[in-house]
Amino acid sequence: MVKPLLEVKNLRTYFKTRKGIVKAVDNVSFSVKKGETIAVIGESGCGKSSLAKSIIRLLPRNICTYEGEILLENEDLMKLEEKEMNEVRWAKISMVSQAALNSLNPVIKVGQQVAEPLIIHEGVDKKTALERARKALSMVGIPETFAERYPFELSGGMKQRAIIAMALITDPDLIILDEPTSALDVLTQASIMNMLKIIKGKMTKTFMFITHDIAVSSELADKVAVMYAGQIVELTNAENFYKAPLHPYSIKLMASVPTLRTDKKLDFIPGTPPSLIDPPKGCRFAERCPWRFEKCEKEPPSFLVKGDSIVKCWLFESKGSR
Amino acid sequence: MSEQLLLSVRDLCKWFELRKGLFGKAGYVKAVDEVSFDLKKGDAVSLVGESGSGKTTLGKTILRLYKPTKGTIIFEGRDITDLKARQLLEYRRETGLVQQDPYGALPPFMSIKRVLEDPLAIHKVPKSERIDRIYKALEEVKLTPVEDFIGKYPHMLSGGQQQRLVIARAIILNPKLIVADEPVSMLDASVRIEILTLLKELQNKYGLSVIYITHDLSTTRYFSEWIYIMYAGKIVEKALTKTLLDNPLHPYSQVLLNIIPDPDAENRLKIKDVPPGEPPSLVNPPKGCRFHPRCVYIKNGICNEKEPREVEVEKDHFVRCWLYD
Amino acid sequence: MSVRRLKENFKQLLAYKSAVAGLCILGFIIGLSIYAVITIPYEEAVRAWRLGEDISINNPRNAAPSWINLFLQKNLPETIIIDTLKRESGARKAVVFPETGNVGALRIELPFEFNYDDFPSELNLFLTANYSEIMPYITIDWVKPNGETIRLKEMVVKSSDRYYISIDDELTKRLRTYLSEKVGFEVPYEIPPQMALFAVEDESVLKPETVQVLKGKYKMVIVGTLFERQSNVDCRLVVYGKVFGLAGTDHLRRDLMVALLWGAPIAVSFGVLASISISFLQMIIAAVSAWYGRWADMLLQKATEFNMILPFLPILMMIAILYRLSIWVLLVVVIVLSIFGSGVKTYRAMFLQVKELPYIEAAQAYGAGNVRIIFRYMIPKVLPTIIPSLVLSVSGFVFLEAALAILGLGDPVAPTWGKIINDAYTKGALYQGYFYWVLEPSFLLVLTSLGFALLGFALDKIFNPKLSEM
Repeated sequence: MVKPLLEVKNLRTYFKTRKGIVKAVDNVSFSVKKGETIAVIGESGCGKSSLAKSIIRLLPRNICTYEGEILLENEDLMKLEEKEMNEVRWAKISMVSQAALNSLNPVIKVGQQVAEPLIIHEGVDKKTALERARKALSMVGIPETFAERYPFELSGGMKQRAIIAMALITDPDLIILDEPTSALDVLTQASIMNMLKIIKGKMTKTFMFITHDIAVSSELADKVAVMYAGQIVELTNAENFYKAPLHPYSIKLMASVPTLRTDKKLDFIPGTPPSLIDPPKGCRFAERCPWRFEKCEKEPPSFLVKGDSIVKCWLFESKGSR
Repeated sequence: MSEQLLLSVRDLCKWFELRKGLFGKAGYVKAVDEVSFDLKKGDAVSLVGESGSGKTTLGKTILRLYKPTKGTIIFEGRDITDLKARQLLEYRRETGLVQQDPYGALPPFMSIKRVLEDPLAIHKVPKSERIDRIYKALEEVKLTPVEDFIGKYPHMLSGGQQQRLVIARAIILNPKLIVADEPVSMLDASVRIEILTLLKELQNKYGLSVIYITHDLSTTRYFSEWIYIMYAGKIVEKALTKTLLDNPLHPYSQVLLNIIPDPDAENRLKIKDVPPGEPPSLVNPPKGCRFHPRCVYIKNGICNEKEPREVEVEKDHFVRCWLYD
Repeated sequence: MSVRRLKENFKQLLAYKSAVAGLCILGFIIGLSIYAVITIPYEEAVRAWRLGEDISINNPRNAAPSWINLFLQKNLPETIIIDTLKRESGARKAVVFPETGNVGALRIELPFEFNYDDFPSELNLFLTANYSEIMPYITIDWVKPNGETIRLKEMVVKSSDRYYISIDDELTKRLRTYLSEKVGFEVPYEIPPQMALFAVEDESVLKPETVQVLKGKYKMVIVGTLFERQSNVDCRLVVYGKVFGLAGTDHLRRDLMVALLWGAPIAVSFGVLASISISFLQMIIAAVSAWYGRWADMLLQKATEFNMILPFLPILMMIAILYRLSIWVLLVVVIVLSIFGSGVKTYRAMFLQVKELPYIEAAQAYGAGNVRIIFRYMIPKVLPTIIPSLVLSVSGFVFLEAALAILGLGDPVAPTWGKIINDAYTKGALYQGYFYWVLEPSFLLVLTSLGFALLGFALDKIFNPKLSEM
């Protein structure tokens, strides 16, 4: 068995707010192999962004619980001091955050910004760094001359590519992409997904692709994790998931996605996701689940189904093992 | 035929001036350029395009939030292109707007009752009638029990509920036309269908015409009778929904249908055919057909010289493309 | 804003100690104001303040507040008044006429106890007499506790008469001679009657620093002759103290409490009215400027910029010098000079942002007109953010009014804190040691400003939560 590149075990990330403790990531476990892409799918407020930030440890000040194991090539990142974690960031894991279009400093030239991670993390001198930056830009489809331009001279799609270039330039093993295309047009989105596919193949990169758009996730995902109310409710491979999701939430979610090429009966999920501050005891989806029964009052464990799918639902108690 | 026609738009243009300093103009952004179409009563049209295509501007110009630069808009037989003051106010009573950002569309300092009462007050609906209409509107959009909601404030509602309130506000004056500008793009996936279904129900129940502006083609099949595809300020293809989705004629429409993904594990193994380049500048659009710099079927000498006219290729299917002229 | 929203915000406010402190201070100041308005109506206060002398003739001049005795080793005297018209003050009067004839005898005794450690500041005798043709004739004697009797004066009494004992030069000389003989040494300085008549008659008298008060029972005895049957004489002896009331008095014998009390409502209402009017008017100008854009915007902005360049205080002073303004006209002038100020620029920036909000467009879509949009959609959105600056600027206006008054340019008759300081300054209060005269109004000014500042900063943290700590 190939050892996974990233292994997350029982991760818990809680924030303290004036209204109470937000259990953004509540006992999450999964693993990703090298060269694999895992898509983390969920709606707003399910904790997927917090999950990303927990792995790269870019957490806000009001954090009150941060425990579990995050093993990157067998090294537990949770045990590292901040200084050591700083060296891991960008060298081994990089991230493209949500709404990254605004992450570019408007008064610094694009090439210089893309070169910055090299200067900071690898101590490369400015000239070499700029040279590598230009190459990185061309790899993501931006002409090298654009390195001399300012961010406002770039279109939305180009800015996003530049930020992805910044995330790739230090050649990290794992790249987290948090909604990389949600603010972009369909055409631009498609061409950026194309680029990511090429990079994934040519450079054997491992991506963690976070999105609320199920259709777009299928453009890159080998493995899918569905998050609901701070927990992973389904973890399975792409073929299984997009054809036949198992967890009731995944089923209903898939049913609410309109498809262009097939005519299907659309469905929506009534109600709203529970608050992460005082999540309900028992299965968190039970309230909105059409298949709920008495056992759902107790929180279900994750069951291993058909050898490689993990589903957190009592309906699968008989079909799988814990 | 004309009794059935709610809206008739001919050669509509909306150009925005680019100001150079205090005096003098540096040119125009031709956001909407020579758009013509008819809308029947009770029909819904999906106006599909990317950002910068002019779809939002077109919707707002039809609502007279912008004054048309050229062309005419005929609503129920009346020319509303140059309406002012009182007549414009009457027109506003017959139209409604649903915007993209549900929270931004609601004044945070007004209670739900006041939000709904506001349009009634402006149009001088007698006070005795108002509370009934407010209750009815809330029931129509299923914000029930009404008493629970009436005293609340927008920030206390979820995104879906906020959007339903916006819809309630848009229909409270019993309009004939609703322009919905990306009404669900800021909502969660599981809520979108709920809202779109609601709009569809209202459309059917009241014979509303809806202009549904979106960049998401996938939803159009379920919620509109017609699709208009917009590119760089022009409508490049118009067809019945099923027709267009089965048989897109314009190269741009074909590209859209090709690259929009459905959830399918095969997607990750295929590189899609994306036309290179970016949408054109609306200040200096390309000569001839605006899509020609990115089109694979380009016919040199024609496509980059003359603008294509609109041609009815088959019944209820119109295209602006030299391939069909 | 709804009532509930207000309650929520108020609860939040109370969480900040600084806000609670500010509210307490303001509560106190407002309490003073209410008390002032209730106990002394404005017209009466102005009259009392303007005419001064007549009303406060029984008050000492430049007396310190009574509580100063707590801090000093000496027990400073308070004013003692013995009035024949008020029997309870201890005055005794007897008039005797024979059975026939028109000549009668009059004897008035005005006794009092004096046990203070310091001398009175002044001694006055006020007399009234009734007669038709012939004035009564009296002799005035002073009896000290040691039994010594000193003839003060012999005089006729007009219908309304005053004997200013403390500035009677002739008496002063006589008393000096008397004391010099008593002690055996020449008294080297001019000892005033209010000291000489109360002094211990020994060597301590020879130096002004060592003079002692002879404590005990004093008496003024007036023996007189009345020449008509209906004649009568009444008198009032005022032994002026050196302390008075809670606040002391000024050079015109006016009780400072009147002005201190009345200064409160005037200062608060001036500051609050100025602040609110200016903020609101600026907001309206900014909203109109931002919403209508183009020419309206350009004109209003140029007007604002022009007005901002002009020096506010010198112009205000100039107007105040040329026209003696009452305080309310002054308020209007301040408002007019301020409305095209920097607030317009700040608010305009806010309104330019608000203008782009979706709900404004939605309102246009359902038919809202321009005026409605400005007043019902844009201003309510911006209003919460300007409330803190509105409260904070009150202090500035309170000080502005005080500053003008101190410079002598304020309302000449209104009893304000600034006016007290102005009087104190022109009368050289600090040189003469009347510190309380300056400190009391200054303290109240600073306290009021502090109250508004504390409240304003706390409000700022609530309405602009990004500034508050996590």
